Amino acid sequence: MRILAIETSCDETAVAVVEAAGDTFRVLSHLVASQVALHRPFGGVVPEIASRKHLEVIYPLTRRVLEEAGFSLAELDLVAVTSGPGLVGALVVGVSMAKALAFARRVPLVPVDHVKAHSLAVLAEESPRFPWVSLVVSGGHTALFVVRSPVEHYLLGHTRDDAAGEAFDKVAKLLGLGYPGGPVISRLAETGDPSRIPLPRPMLDHPGYDFSFSGLKTAVLHLVRSGRAFAVQDLCAAFEAAVAEVLVEKTLRALSDLGLSRVVVSGGVAANRRLRTLFQEEARRRGFEVYFPSPSYCTDNAVMVAISGYFEFKAGNQASLELDVYARSQFPRYPL
Amino acid sequence: MSVHKTRSPEETRSLGERMARELVPGDVLLLYGDLGSGKTTFVQGLARGLGVPEEVYVVSPSFALIHEYPGRIPLFHVDLYRLSPEEVDDLGLSEIIPRGVTVIEWSEHLPEELPARYRIYFRYLSETEREIRIERRA
Repeated sequence: MRILAIETSCDETAVAVVEAAGDTFRVLSHLVASQVALHRPFGGVVPEIASRKHLEVIYPLTRRVLEEAGFSLAELDLVAVTSGPGLVGALVVGVSMAKALAFARRVPLVPVDHVKAHSLAVLAEESPRFPWVSLVVSGGHTALFVVRSPVEHYLLGHTRDDAAGEAFDKVAKLLGLGYPGGPVISRLAETGDPSRIPLPRPMLDHPGYDFSFSGLKTAVLHLVRSGRAFAVQDLCAAFEAAVAEVLVEKTLRALSDLGLSRVVVSGGVAANRRLRTLFQEEARRRGFEVYFPSPSYCTDNAVMVAISGYFEFKAGNQASLELDVYARSQFPRYPL
Repeated sequence: MSVHKTRSPEETRSLGERMARELVPGDVLLLYGDLGSGKTTFVQGLARGLGVPEEVYVVSPSFALIHEYPGRIPLFHVDLYRLSPEEVDDLGLSEIIPRGVTVIEWSEHLPEELPARYRIYFRYLSETEREIRIERRA
């Protein structure tokens, strides 16, 4: 089954052509019109995020994906598209394109949840056995799920204020380090000593699986405002360690409470090396399996949309041309 | 105009919760203040006061730009942190404003004065204390 997938839920416009056979996937082509290079001259203030940019990019990007895949729309079996959560004006661009393609080619149109798709991105490369615990951690999301099957995702907990990736960006801004914050903080953290600056581990003493990163940002702000001397490398190391430890601890708690032994970590922050190392160390020590998609499948992409769309279609979920977008996901809570 | 000093995030939330009582659909609140000065915390209180269910978390909209919450009056939580003034026009603020209460963080990034009943200025005083100045216009 050949799937064309579209993702426009926030900053990134992404299109992919994926061939699904059984439960394995072959990526024929996937492109992301990454806007990060356009952002940097503005020092953290990011222009051209809204729908207009998606509108300008989506048509040429789709053409290029089809060319690279050597794929004709006549071969198309299915169109999958992110219909939420995200910015309504941005989502509408992708959904309209998907509707036009599905209508023109008379193929099914399948709506996909962006966060659910992140949890499944790993299936582009590996096949962990269900069920697993999924940690989705990015600039816009920080959430833990139990994934019982490709279409059954239950929410365990999520952030009560800032997403982890957002905390990286804002701390980088407070320290005058530029945008995006993740890579620059990680690079500086490599030569820093995380033990020199004590930072809180928010929510660790709190039962359940929710996260909070706003207090960590405030702790950094307080240090900067206090006029105390510190090495920026040490602060970056301490901050990164605090975020990674909270993410890993909460995930371990979920594994142990639910008696599961597989974890999938996805989203932009999954590329963070300290987070990966910490997960791998714990996995060795405690005997669980941990999976990370490749970096290009961790950040927003359309391959994950194709994968989720494929399973949703197999489960009988497809949309009419009346398909609407939504701003916020409403996952069922895991019954504990 | 009123000036408030809050001594904890919970006090900042309570101030927002009390303020929600006077709000009606179509109201716009422009928020000004630096990172970590209490803006999102204040909006969490507003949401509580507007009857947004407790299990619906009011989280930072910096990434998604607009969050919508169900309440006695729908609450639109907008964050212009990542936007340049030119792009704010693309957000379609004029479409959402009549539908509920709209609260806008980083109003410094608005391209022009927006007619708003409230302007609220946040200032970091110490690790736990914030100064919150509320200006009301007829």
